[in-house]
Amino acid sequence: MSVIYMLLAISVLVALIFFVAFIISVRKGQYDDSYTPSVRMLFEDELVEKDSDVSNFNQLDNPN
Amino acid sequence: MPHTNCFHCGLPCETEEVHFDEKSFCCHGCKTVYTIFRDNDLSYYYELEGGAGKTPELNQGKFDYLDDPLIAERLLEFQDDSHHIISLSIPHIHCSSCIWVLENLNRLNPGVYSSQVDFPRKEARIHFNSGQISLRELVSLLSAIGYEPSITLEHYEGGAKKVDRKLIYQLGIAGFAFGNIMFLSFPEYFESGEYWLEKYKGIFHWIMFAFSLPVVFYSGSGYLTSAYKSLRSGMLNIDVPIALGILVLFIRSTVEIALDLGQGFFDSLSGLVFFLLLGKFFQQRTYAFLSFERDYRSYFPIAVTRLKADGSEESIPVHEVLKGDRLLIKSSSLIPTDSILLRGEGRIDYSFVTGEARALSKKSGDRLYAGGKQLQGAIEIEVLKPVSQSYLTELWSDAAFSRNPKTAFRNLTDRIGKRFTIAVLTIAFVAAGTWLFIDPSRALNVLTAVLIIACPCAIALAAPFTLGNLLRIFGKKGFYVKDTESLERMALVDTAIFDKTGTLTTTRKNSIDYTGIELTEAEAILLKNTLRASGHPLSQTLYQQLAPYNIIPLDNFEEHLGEGLEGRLDDARIRVGSSEFVTGAPPAQPGGSEVHISSNDNYKGHFIIRNSYREGAGRLFEELSRDYSLAVLSGDNESEKAYLQELLPPLTPMYFNQKPMEKLQFVRELQREGKEVLMVGDGLNDAGALAQSKVGIAISEDANLFTPACDAILDSRQFTNLGVFLGVTKKAMKIIYMSFGFSLLYNVVGLYFAVTGQLEPVIAAILMPLSSISIVAFTTAATNWIGRNIE
Repeated sequence: MSVIYMLLAISVLVALIFFVAFIISVRKGQYDDSYTPSVRMLFEDELVEKDSDVSNFNQLDNPN
Repeated sequence: MPHTNCFHCGLPCETEEVHFDEKSFCCHGCKTVYTIFRDNDLSYYYELEGGAGKTPELNQGKFDYLDDPLIAERLLEFQDDSHHIISLSIPHIHCSSCIWVLENLNRLNPGVYSSQVDFPRKEARIHFNSGQISLRELVSLLSAIGYEPSITLEHYEGGAKKVDRKLIYQLGIAGFAFGNIMFLSFPEYFESGEYWLEKYKGIFHWIMFAFSLPVVFYSGSGYLTSAYKSLRSGMLNIDVPIALGILVLFIRSTVEIALDLGQGFFDSLSGLVFFLLLGKFFQQRTYAFLSFERDYRSYFPIAVTRLKADGSEESIPVHEVLKGDRLLIKSSSLIPTDSILLRGEGRIDYSFVTGEARALSKKSGDRLYAGGKQLQGAIEIEVLKPVSQSYLTELWSDAAFSRNPKTAFRNLTDRIGKRFTIAVLTIAFVAAGTWLFIDPSRALNVLTAVLIIACPCAIALAAPFTLGNLLRIFGKKGFYVKDTESLERMALVDTAIFDKTGTLTTTRKNSIDYTGIELTEAEAILLKNTLRASGHPLSQTLYQQLAPYNIIPLDNFEEHLGEGLEGRLDDARIRVGSSEFVTGAPPAQPGGSEVHISSNDNYKGHFIIRNSYREGAGRLFEELSRDYSLAVLSGDNESEKAYLQELLPPLTPMYFNQKPMEKLQFVRELQREGKEVLMVGDGLNDAGALAQSKVGIAISEDANLFTPACDAILDSRQFTNLGVFLGVTKKAMKIIYMSFGFSLLYNVVGLYFAVTGQLEPVIAAILMPLSSISIVAFTTAATNWIGRNIE
């Protein structure tokens, strides 16, 4: 049961890693604006190779 | 003819309809922006949100001052050899389309590396290559697509804004600790005396202790310092019982684990701090894109055009203007200093500064004051006093304007906090004292237990969550309040004072009445064409609102500045203008805006042009008169008095020709009588009164326009809802009182356990979060409920 010392140590360590990640993200300014990312992620990513992708797709659907 | 809506800006196409690409636009400006977007692969803009655009404003040379490297340096956030970064405030940002197009600026000009929009602040942070696109070109580009940045003296002098992230860190640490401590304290809630538990609980305790250290000394530091300051100044605010609770919790828990008396209350401690900080976080929401602290500097431009001795123009920062300089003021520009008009026709709008509704006509030799806006046509002026000494700046520096009597306000939470602390301390000592007789060993336990469980949590959370939520609800409806204390003060108001020009009246539309002989069609056509040739504001207004007729070039046209117009076509002759010009006699009502007409020397009649009053103003006043005393204070002349008397409830006091200082004094007088005053205004001339009142509300037609320092900004479209907003605020205070009642309930239950010496950590750990969460849920639901009816 003395393994509990190691278990505690590991879990506290993991917790601390996440905590450090939190601090880093706040410092980088990720929490300054919490609204805009929610809108931004809904924008459609327009692929630059849009035309070639679309035409491939069409060919698959429509073998003519 | 049915009106179609413009594809670009969404507004109805009223005066003309432009057809292009199978779509309708209200003007060429909108069509141009559409074309720009279409040609640069930005059509997705219209798919995200319809009609999100804005007609771009013409701005030849408006941004020339940005070419000056000294000025640009003050505005840029960062500059390198070619890599520049600027943060621009763009008021038109209002939807997802705006975010998308602004973040895809590089498609419009490859000189832009990237840009990121901060939507709540309505700002765009743009990285650009100064070699490929200059700052001026960038700003002009944004302007051309309808997203003109707002660059005022305030931005120039402001410097880098420091983002305060301390609260986020504190909240993060408290939450982190709370979760982990709860996790570690779980085993001991339910089992005690179990062998393995007994063997290892020591390490659990000390880890919990370690987690709680940053909670007390970093996250809770705000409360501890505030309580200390409050005690030092002899007052008891809500932070005193909070700090007391934190300290007692920490000390007792540390003693318990050191002496192996129990597991301590670290879980309740971190939970307490976490919920309190959550309340603070929620309360601190601000409308970062609006400034409630505006002073005259955000009204002034950064640079003006100075005419050098050889006649050439140069752009100089406004503070460098010296006495004797000759400046060129373009149309729709501000006059930055007290000066004398040298050349050109002055048509000055002083409505922001004095409240006068009509633009004044000035000619060469007349004196002009800082803050007036030249409406049309360029003028040359000679500076009499530099910016810092103008009438406007001196008015602003007047002690009365800047002193803020509102800081003395003690909010409800602090007032209750005082009573709460006294009550808790009394109960604690009485209970401990009683136990000293019954079983002395329990006395200390009971003393600390009472101090721990009597949680000011619920009290401290009630107001922030209620009012914070109300702030959010009001903001969605166009009523932007600065902070929760302003809302609390709003609920106490009993008298409401209104400014007239720009507040009760809207400068966007005018109402025109004609009395006299009706004009024949030929006369009406001649009239319309004569008006069209004149640049005078009254001519323009009248022209816009007369029925449309064909445009026919006149045979002869003469404009007599400040007096009237003469137009001739074939045999017909028409004279349009002031009473003296057309009839030779002075006007019946001096100061009113009358336009008289005579055709072929036969007097026909006259138009009276007045500012139209906001729709529903009369109704609003009637609604408010039930609960508030009302008054109107205007900087304008008395010409509208009769009309106002009809519009407003009888016996409403009205005062005209009020200078800014007089408005301030009026408010002070009322306050001396013991009244709690609410002032509603819009311009610089209201600034003093707005600061002196208990609550100052500024009406805004357009987010881009200046509003003076105030506690709340009301969108002009929501003006008629003012009564509703005030009523909901009063109801919200009732919700806070109800929350206090709930809190009392929790405290009674908790105190039962504490006083009888039965306070186990698990009970404290349940009660505290329970009370906090239930208060939050209740206040949020209740405020959403009372706010549901606002349109």
